[in-house]
Order: sequence, then C-alpha cells, then structure tokens
Amino acid sequence: MRHLLSAADLSREEAITILDTAATMAATQSRAIKKLPALRGLTVVNLFFEDSTRTRISFEAAAKRLSADVINFAAKGSSVSKGESLKDTAQTLQAMGADAVVIRHSASGAPHRLATSGWIDAPVVNAGDGMHQHPTQALLDAFTMRRHLMPEAGTGAGLDGKRVVIVGDVLHSRVARSNVDLLHTLGAEVTLVAPPTLLPIGASTWPCRISYDLDTTIAEQAPDAIMMLRVQRERMSSAGGGFFPSAAEYSRRYGLDAARFEALPGHALIMHPGPMNRGLEISARAADSDRSTIVEQVGNGVAVRMAVLYLVLAGNEGTPS
Amino acid sequence: MTSGAPARVVLSEHDISRALTRIAHEIVERNKGAEEVLLLGIPTRGVPLATRIGARIVEAESGRVSAAELVGTIDPTMYRDDLRRQPTRGLEPTRIPPAGLTDKVVVLVDDVLYSGRTVRAALDALSDVGRPRAVQLAVLVDRGHRELPIRADYIGKNLPTARHERVSVHLRELDDADEVVLS
Repeated sequence: MRHLLSAADLSREEAITILDTAATMAATQSRAIKKLPALRGLTVVNLFFEDSTRTRISFEAAAKRLSADVINFAAKGSSVSKGESLKDTAQTLQAMGADAVVIRHSASGAPHRLATSGWIDAPVVNAGDGMHQHPTQALLDAFTMRRHLMPEAGTGAGLDGKRVVIVGDVLHSRVARSNVDLLHTLGAEVTLVAPPTLLPIGASTWPCRISYDLDTTIAEQAPDAIMMLRVQRERMSSAGGGFFPSAAEYSRRYGLDAARFEALPGHALIMHPGPMNRGLEISARAADSDRSTIVEQVGNGVAVRMAVLYLVLAGNEGTPS
Repeated sequence: MTSGAPARVVLSEHDISRALTRIAHEIVERNKGAEEVLLLGIPTRGVPLATRIGARIVEAESGRVSAAELVGTIDPTMYRDDLRRQPTRGLEPTRIPPAGLTDKVVVLVDDVLYSGRTVRAALDALSDVGRPRAVQLAVLVDRGHRELPIRADYIGKNLPTARHERVSVHLRELDDADEVVLS
C-alpha cells in the first residue's frame, strides 16, 4: 500500500490486512511497554489545514507508539491560494525529509493532489478531506464492528451479512461516504437514513439502501450496528443552508431517543464518530449504554492508524525518498 | 534465487520427527524438567515446530506440564532492523501463556537459523513482554552465514550451505508434507 487516500480504493484483501494488522497493534497496547520500534528514525508529518484535535492526537499517538518522530504542521490561516499553498508546503516537507504525510484539508481531493502531483515522494494518508473521505475513521469503525459482531471470526474475516444503519447528515459527512465504501467492500449491508435535504445528489448510485424513515428502517432491518452522525447546529438556520426546520423536529424524526434505542436488537452496537450533540442526534441513554462503542472507537482509532502508518511506511525503501 | 542444481531433500519426514524428539529431550534434560520452560515459536514455521516439540515434552514429562502453558508464539516483525527493505508483510499474533514469561526459561523456536537477525528481533520483542530468566534457541536447521553473534542451543541439523542456495522447510500444518529441501 503506497498511500491511503480513500476507503473506496481499498480492495477487500487490503482492508482486511489493515484490520488484522490493527488487531495485532491493539494487542500490544495492553502491555506495560506500548512502544514498538518499527518506525524508528522515520518522520511523520501531521499536516492539518483544518482543525481536528482528536484526529491529530490519534495520528500523533499512533506514530509515536511506533517510535516515529512527529512534526505537527498546522497550516491554518494561510492566505495564499490553496493550490500554491499546498505545493509550497509539500516542497518544504520534502526538503525537511518527511517520510510520510498525514493530511487533513477542507478541500475534497487535496490528499489526492498531494500524492499524485510529484511535489513530494512520501506516502500520503488522508485524515479527512472536505466532504469527500475519511478512510481511517471508516477503518476504525469497521474494526470496532468486527471486534464486537464477529468475535470468533479472528483474522481474515470481513463483515459479511452484517446490517449497518447510518443516520443523519450524509450530505456533509465524509465519515458516511467512507463507511459506505468500506462496509460494502467488507460485505456488510448499509442503509443510509437521512432527511432528503441531507442526502447528496447521486447517493442513489452508492452501494447501499436509502431510507427517509428511521423507525421503519430499525423495524425492517434489525441492524447489527447503528451509527449516528453529528448534526451541525448551524445548518438549521436559513443562513447555514436551512437543511431542516428545527432541532426539535430533527431530533424527533432522526434522533436515537429512548424508544428507538429500545426498538433495536439487543446486540446492536451504538456508534458515533464524535463529538456528540447529546439530546439532538443521540440520547444520553443510548450514548452511555453498555452497547455504545463511542469511547472504544477512539482507542481503536490509535491501533488502526498504527496499522496504516506501518503498512505505508514499512517496505518502502525501494521507492525514491 | 536457485543455484540451478536440482532440489534435494536433506531431511525427510522421519528425520524431522527424530530431530524434534531429540530437541525436546535435550530441552528437558538441560533445564532439569520443563516446569519453568516456555517454548515460543517464531512465525511462520517456528509455530508448528514449537507445538510439536511441546507435545513431545508433555509426553516425556507425563503430564507434569500442560501444552497450553508450555507453548506460545512471538512475532518479531515490528522489531526487525530491515523492515523497510522487505515487502510489507502482515503481522502474526504474539501469544504468551497467561502465566507470562517473567523468570521463565524461554526457548525460541524457529525453522532455519541464517543471518541471526530474526532471532535478534525476537530478543528485542521478548524484552518488551517481560524479563525471562534465560533465553535459549532451538532451530530445525542451522545453515550458517551468521551476521550477528548468535548461536543455537538446540539444532536439528547443521546444514553447510552456499549463500545462493535456498533452504525450504515444509511442514504438514502449512504445506503438503514434512521435509526440508535444499535447492
């Protein structure tokens, strides 16, 4: 694996290799000595054009657990136009000897541009670009689901036949897009539930079902996992696009309240990429239940990112650097 | 890379079986029993070898030790110093029996001892898991060409080889047959 740009790029075999490697990484994280020497002497640059403390810390922890040096490069506030700025930054990183670049950018496709432009030779890992992709988030979600829903399957397993429902603002969600791609690759059946205003044009061509009614979906699908997406409050006003009339209405139709929580099968996982709006898209009862994997997802994120950094960086000496 | 010479079987199924029985007895003898011993197989083929040696030790010690407490695996991949020169490989699980390895005599088990770099990596991996009282090394084949000051305590067969030759260990658990082939 040279780069990780999109969950859609991963073959089933590659995705399972990442999940299996992450399982091994996770096993080392319960030891007294958590640090592994695998990437000693290599430099990983976290290039964040957009704020995301959680994702950055997760990548930073992952790189450090593998003994890599980490440079955090917060490019926020740059006034040059995006194309130039990315190129200049890339060339700076190349000159500083970055061995891998983890990039978060508000523009969809920025990681792809960085990986294919020839500005830099290092492997590129997409840590979220615009409304496009967030592949490591999808991988950590899949890792969490596999661990709970297929505990006996062990290495080599996908998520075949598992039913996953993703609810909320699909339009603005790179997490939803990445999850649809990856879960489909792994054999799961995905249903997206959202108000029509929060579904992107073309979503009907994605490899998933689409529904506008959460109660019917829960009743018909009996999901093995339900993933609630974060609702941006500012999108409610007409200035923010007016995607839905009010928080109360959204919550009533699409929130995971107590009644819907009760209607879920007993084993169903409650997932959320965080940060949560308690009482809006998810009730405290659901978020704090013992079936909620929300906190565990964060821990699994470190193991998955360790696996990704290891797989893009090990065995690359043959390539120019 | 092959030498061009025809492949030749240097250890048959019977030879392998006898070598493992001898190694099992040497381990018991040298450590005065197996109560303190922990066999750790190095993936891939060290794992079935460790399991087989473990079964022979359990038999020889007539139930004084259990296979579950005697045998584990350790994957040294993350500790290799040549990680970036090799194609990426999947990691194998490391399984240490619940009692841990601190104060035990750990016997690392691998199929072929060559440069010694795998064993060095395994020693580093061990030190992150615990502190064994002593570490010993058992290999089915020692083919020479060491690049580090490492030697085996238990050897199935010393096999002088040229560097361009290739030693392939086939084991029933993973391959079709039990044999060691030099090509």
